Amino acid sequence: MKNITKFVISDIMRNRIILFYLLMLCLFSWSIFSLEDNTSKGIMSLLNIVLLTVPLVSIIFSNIYMYNSAEFIELLVSQPVKRSTIWKSIFIGLSVALMAAFFIGIGIPVLFFVPGLTGATFIVTGMLITAIFVSIAMLCSILMRDKARGIGLSIILWLFLSLIYDGLVLFFMFQYADYPIEKPMAILTALNPVDLARIHVLLQVDTEALMGYTGAIFKKMFGTGPGMMVSLALMVVWVAGPFYLSLRLFDKKDL
Amino acid sequence: MVEILILFSVSAIGRTIHVGPGKEFKNIRPALLEARDGDTLYVQHGLYKEGNIVINKKVVMIGIELPVIDGDKRYEVVSIKSDQVIFKGFQVQNSGFATLNDPGGIKVYDAANVQILENVLENNFFGIYIQYGKHITVKNNRIKAYGVEEQQIGNGIHCWKSDSLQIIGNHVQGHRDGIYFEFVTHSIIWRNISKYNIRYGLHFMFSNDDAYVNNFFDGNGAGVAVMYTKNVIMYGNTFKNSTGDAAYGILLKEISDAEIRGNKFINNTSALFLEGANRMLIHKNVITGNGWGLKIQANCMDNTITENNFTANTFDVSTNGTLVLNKFFRNYWDKYEGYDLDKDGTGDIAYHPLSIYSVIIENNPIAMLLYRSFMVTLLERTEKLIPSITPEAFVDNKPMIKPYIL
Repeated sequence: MKNITKFVISDIMRNRIILFYLLMLCLFSWSIFSLEDNTSKGIMSLLNIVLLTVPLVSIIFSNIYMYNSAEFIELLVSQPVKRSTIWKSIFIGLSVALMAAFFIGIGIPVLFFVPGLTGATFIVTGMLITAIFVSIAMLCSILMRDKARGIGLSIILWLFLSLIYDGLVLFFMFQYADYPIEKPMAILTALNPVDLARIHVLLQVDTEALMGYTGAIFKKMFGTGPGMMVSLALMVVWVAGPFYLSLRLFDKKDL
Repeated sequence: MVEILILFSVSAIGRTIHVGPGKEFKNIRPALLEARDGDTLYVQHGLYKEGNIVINKKVVMIGIELPVIDGDKRYEVVSIKSDQVIFKGFQVQNSGFATLNDPGGIKVYDAANVQILENVLENNFFGIYIQYGKHITVKNNRIKAYGVEEQQIGNGIHCWKSDSLQIIGNHVQGHRDGIYFEFVTHSIIWRNISKYNIRYGLHFMFSNDDAYVNNFFDGNGAGVAVMYTKNVIMYGNTFKNSTGDAAYGILLKEISDAEIRGNKFINNTSALFLEGANRMLIHKNVITGNGWGLKIQANCMDNTITENNFTANTFDVSTNGTLVLNKFFRNYWDKYEGYDLDKDGTGDIAYHPLSIYSVIIENNPIAMLLYRSFMVTLLERTEKLIPSITPEAFVDNKPMIKPYIL
């Protein structure tokens, strides 16, 4: 398992796309922080990248990588290694490589300009988002044998989770505004990993506006110690769930 | 000649009476019984538990090395019932607790030209209480209480039906309202620090023609409230850290002809909340790091908001209706994204400071859950370009490119 993971990581690290991704993140974060004297505003701009770009790159890159290494996987399967070991090593390799790129590109500048709890929360959230979309990409690649369809599915999933879902929730909210919808709304938002990540970071940065009436709900649901734990746990479930599903499918799949 | 003058003036001032261990009087009450108008009482350091001390003569009372007058948690500690009293340098502590007659640490009844200077007030129900006072100076006192619940504690400096007061350089902490004004006119509140009070740092009602200048309000439960008042001047105050539901840097309700200039609003849930406020001038303030910079309800009229810096607020402005009868111009908004081709220092395109999402949140607070999501950002952008829901008249036609140096 160790060897396969190592191989995957070194293989990805040599990939030009990942280097480009790293450089791009670097460029974004350093320029945002050096142009903006208000670091909390900088964090908010970076949040947009974490919520849109990071998921997109993670899901598309992992997906393509899976299809490109199909022959490599077949080769490995013919060796005396357990299928689950192969799948796990690839997952760890992919997520570690992408997380490393995220950490070097965004994490270090964030730690430099916004040290403390806010920065740490931001980085942890970004890394979890990376892992979540890697695991979703792996699920897509196992669901679709055809490369084009697989990539299409992952783009649709990204689009849904990052953009459409919020629109639907907003629509739901306007439709049922006259009813006590605080709880269902909170639960709905908690079901989407991107929203979870956003709220997680907002609770650390935009505290003043959240102190009002909504703040009470916010805090009750996500802000307090247990609330934080619940939302972190939900994100971990989002990493583990799709991955476990893909693992089961891979175990049974006729290559 | 000089000696004669001095002699003359001394006899005019009156006698000097010493109170304290080993002096002519051991306690304050007998000394006050003996005193006549114009006398000066020097009270030595020590603990004086004498129930309620009533000052009903025109005397000067000076504490030496902070003598302690203790109300034993049963009495009103010091009652001033005469004009021209000076009360200086005492520690007044442990007044009684009663909601019927509101005992205070130092209470002034129906008097004029009283000065309360440099005292320390600890753990009183009301700190300094002035009713029907005229020309009263309250200066450099330190007032501290340990209130937990609003109903269980009185105000730090409570002024009622008075005129021409000077409240200067006091430090109030842990009371219900730090400074309370009701029916007080022609007064000034200057250089006070009011922190961590349970309700308001300053509570101001039916008090016309007053000014408060260079005060510092920090961490008060609900901030500062100014209500039902005309002609108030607010200069150079700092309003900080009032956070919570229904907490405001400053709450202005039914105010007219007020001037708010040169204040700083930092880290409040809502920095300024205006309801029924008319003909106000909001000028050269710094509004930074608040949840809402300015909440201006639709029932506000003829207000001028100009040359302020709005920076790092979650929402700069919010309102609850579509009617706009106020003027915004030449403010600096850090969210403004326009350009300045003619280099006159103001942006060439108008800025609509009202974010659609703050309007939505005003009606559906729960929508805050989606704040800063992509959909909402999209909504905001479109609305900024082509206002449809937010009133188009809500506009700053000359937004500044650079912040003011304030």
